[in-house]
Amino acid sequence: MARREPRSRDRMVITPEGVTLPIVLAAHGARAAALLLDLAMIGAAIIVTTLTLIWIAGGVAVAESDLQGGTAKSHALQAIVVLWIVAMFLFRNAWFLFFELGPRGATPGKRIAGIRIAARGTERLTTEAVIARNIVRDIELFMPVVFIGGAFAAGSDADLAGWAGAIWFAIFMLFPFFNRDALRCGDVIAGTWVIEAPRRKLGHALSVSAPVAAAEQAFTFTPEELAVYGEYELQTLERVLRDGRGPALDDVADAISRKIGRPYPYRAERVFLESYYLQLRARLEQGLRLGRRKADKHAA
Amino acid sequence: MSETAAPTLLGRLGGWFSPAASADIAAAEDAALRSDRFRLEREGEWKRLEAIVTRIERGRLRGISDEDLLALPALYRTAVSSLAVARETSLDAETLAWLEVLTRRAWFIVYGPRAGLGDWLLRFFGGGWGASVRALGHDILIALALMVAGTVAGWLLVASDPDWYYALIPAGMADARVPGASRAVLMGTLFGQQNQSGLGMFAAALFSNNAQVSILAFALGFAFGLPSALLLIQNTTMLGALLWLYHGQGLTIEIIGWLAVHGTTELFAILLAGAAGLHIGRAMAFPGDAAVLDAAAAAGRRSAQVMVGVVLMLIVAGLLEGFARQLINNTAGRLIVGVFMLVFWTGYFFVWRGNAGDGTSEGVQP
Repeated sequence: MARREPRSRDRMVITPEGVTLPIVLAAHGARAAALLLDLAMIGAAIIVTTLTLIWIAGGVAVAESDLQGGTAKSHALQAIVVLWIVAMFLFRNAWFLFFELGPRGATPGKRIAGIRIAARGTERLTTEAVIARNIVRDIELFMPVVFIGGAFAAGSDADLAGWAGAIWFAIFMLFPFFNRDALRCGDVIAGTWVIEAPRRKLGHALSVSAPVAAAEQAFTFTPEELAVYGEYELQTLERVLRDGRGPALDDVADAISRKIGRPYPYRAERVFLESYYLQLRARLEQGLRLGRRKADKHAA
Repeated sequence: MSETAAPTLLGRLGGWFSPAASADIAAAEDAALRSDRFRLEREGEWKRLEAIVTRIERGRLRGISDEDLLALPALYRTAVSSLAVARETSLDAETLAWLEVLTRRAWFIVYGPRAGLGDWLLRFFGGGWGASVRALGHDILIALALMVAGTVAGWLLVASDPDWYYALIPAGMADARVPGASRAVLMGTLFGQQNQSGLGMFAAALFSNNAQVSILAFALGFAFGLPSALLLIQNTTMLGALLWLYHGQGLTIEIIGWLAVHGTTELFAILLAGAAGLHIGRAMAFPGDAAVLDAAAAAGRRSAQVMVGVVLMLIVAGLLEGFARQLINNTAGRLIVGVFMLVFWTGYFFVWRGNAGDGTSEGVQP
């Protein structure tokens, strides 16, 4: 495997059809934000469930004897306690599992942060992988909490337990910072990683929209004038045209006009740029079809 | 700007009043560039793919027609090949970036987790579980050896010095079961609790606790399996100490019966969890020809399936512990239940091959 730039988050995967797809690893900040959002949501769900169950229990003052007795009331209370224990177990273990197995491969927090999980490399994400990465989450995240809570309950040295918990937590939280693909332990075990899941809208085709007619209006550039720029400049120009902001158009039109030594009429910068863009792209694409690429203006 | 905007507006109005397809064709004929014509000819299909993918991502599978679902793989391949062609012929960065995003989204759906949770569970019970257990191979034997060693060590430690008992058994569990307790007291802890209520609660709490312990045993496996091994030994020394205590009062068979009701299931589950942890640890320590990360991932996926089974076994164990042990008040009955469960699990894992092939979802090709 070729050596990559140490800081870059860009990766390439190859689909089974043999086409490379660029992907971007999720930033640490996005993952932390997603996790906090999820924890907040789980916390809210736990509180709501608990309150609902208390409300169903009738808000009765629950005494130890109520839970142990043989009356109908105590049976109902016991059922509610069982339900609560099961619900807590599911919130802790099944929340991530359920959502990450869905078609988006992301928990609600990850969706908001715009990231998702995926199998490393070209493999497909499997149910087992999702299960594995979330089982390991349990020790990364919830163990120290249980640990400290247990120390408090047992009345033993809470300070020591607190430090041990903090160190434990720090080891697992820092793990993603010390490997190339920002894997946490669960990702290592499961063979997954977390990547950005952007969505975008398709802009219009530039050669179809209005200026086709306008292009015939005034500007026809000579091959020499078109030979100045390459693909990089073409795509910069494309961005400017799609953004369509007046001052930027002026500046770019001025720059091109100076470079190729060809003036353009007042207030015609858009027509000028669109004509230049279309003719430059036609020329470069023709070169592309013949196997000649010109990366930027410095290329021969 | 007004004269440049007018044709678009007209074009759009025309698009509303004529079939979309013919508008696309007209637009394609208008396009000055070959690469834009290429795009406009295929844009309808790309957009259709995008609509299907968006609906699936939103979880609205029911709203998708059968034709759309059947067309999805073909549309995906169209998009992939369009992308490959566009990269070689088009310099339209916008279209290329959009196509990459679309292809990636569709790729995740077409090559996503194949089975929903329901299908996966069906295959899991129909042999996938047993196959994944068998795939652990030697690690089960290693875990078993560790557990036996732990039990023996616990017994020997307490036999040599009864003070060890307090070190091995957590204070909350000891209550009446301490060295020097009379036979009657110990008998009382084994029998005569069938009138106790709140069993369901007890069972649920036991399950929740045991499940966390076994998840820990598994998850710690990635520290080269050492913590898993320690956890196995530590938990079974308790067992050894307890056995010694009751043995001293001649209650060996009774304690075995008391433990066996749920213990055959629970200890089996802990055995499997520990074996799964060791499996990962061993894969990372001795990855063989594979890269460490790949070996860990392969072992992790194999053993994750085992872990789902372990949690289910612990639910069964919790129920047996909470109900069966308290309700069956004689040693023979308890032993029968315990041995039956042991035979059942062993048969289910190692004898019955089911119909799931090799049991891993990677192995089942469409």
